[in-house]
Amino acid sequence: MEISITVNGRSEALDVPDNALLADVLRERLGLTGTHVGCDTSQCGACVVHMDGAAVKSCTVLAGQANGAEVTTIEGIGNPDNLHPMQAAFRENHALQCGFCTPGMIMSAIDLVQKADGQLDEGDVRDGLEGNLCRCTGYHNIVKAVLAAQDDMKSA
Amino acid sequence: MYQFNYHRPASLDEAASLMAGADDGTYLSGGMTLIPTLKQRLAAPSDVIDLGGIGALSGITDNGNTISVGAMTRHAEVAASNAIPALADLAGQIGDAHVRNRGTIGGSIANSDPAADYPAAVVALDSTIHTTERSIAGGDFFQGLFETALDEGEIITSVEFTKPTSAAYAKFPNPASRYAVVGVFVARCGDATCVGVTGAGPCAFRWSELEAELAKSFSASAVANAALDHSEFNADIHASAEFRGNLVRVMAERAVASLT
Repeated sequence: MEISITVNGRSEALDVPDNALLADVLRERLGLTGTHVGCDTSQCGACVVHMDGAAVKSCTVLAGQANGAEVTTIEGIGNPDNLHPMQAAFRENHALQCGFCTPGMIMSAIDLVQKADGQLDEGDVRDGLEGNLCRCTGYHNIVKAVLAAQDDMKSA
Repeated sequence: MYQFNYHRPASLDEAASLMAGADDGTYLSGGMTLIPTLKQRLAAPSDVIDLGGIGALSGITDNGNTISVGAMTRHAEVAASNAIPALADLAGQIGDAHVRNRGTIGGSIANSDPAADYPAAVVALDSTIHTTERSIAGGDFFQGLFETALDEGEIITSVEFTKPTSAAYAKFPNPASRYAVVGVFVARCGDATCVGVTGAGPCAFRWSELEAELAKSFSASAVANAALDHSEFNADIHASAEFRGNLVRVMAERAVASLT
């Protein structure tokens, strides 16, 4: 089937199988391998991207459901010379060890901060990242990074 | 996943005719259960009919005494609403943030998962399930494990809830999946109190014995006086039937205590 999606601001028209998953389209058709597939059972959150302004697990979205949508992946938020404030905060706070969960953590955290009603505290961040697993168990620094980034994102 | 034909109709009529023409079709709403099921090859529909393109199915309307929640309304939207605070609180406890951004009320109740949250509210609140064919009372909707009153091809369009005087939901979540091991929704509607239980039985049910006790005395201590037969409760690696029976009492006490 034919789908058209806007990924990181670029319009893409693709012919994909009816049972294609958004995660696979991003990775295999568009080469955006920053979106990771960890558990492939909608639990770990490594595949989180933004679809029409909401953080979603792209391994549990059919490509057809994303037809017409605007998708932002980890590649779309910053680059090595100009990191997104959330990426900078992860680097600053040593919020990654192996790095596998990091793209999903960052995409979830950005959505969490953008939708926050006021200042997030540690509990809010831990609740908000419930759907993202870090198997290095480096949660403390991830939470620190998100708390630090919320101020940077507001002033950015 | 097995192969299937994907469709995204723009209207309910188109959806129904696609279903009628399919060998073995299935409707897709948020996909938070169906897509993992397809990925595990536990289902092999010939056609997946996505209801996500039918805009009229989404949104919350405040009608004064009732609210109508469109079947495709995402959990996150209900969680952010304020017409029935206990319902918003329940929606905010479903799964994780990403699940709440995709999962829908219609998909949740149509599935009648014994551990889903919404069914507790559907049976406890005075509610009506509106479909393409008819209106079904919330108390008649859940009929068993993954079984509802829906007929083949019938589509839920909205769920209408009467606003309670006050209500509360107390849940013991599975720490990994965040499904309800047990969840209890207590709703006070004038003088009457209704208690909905999810997670414990094959599907959500009313705990009428507790309702009778709460009518005499609305207090957490009334829970101890209410009979509860746990012999047919669910038993799995997460909790025995006996443990679920105890959790129903504890969650009921918490919900009632929060309203007193």
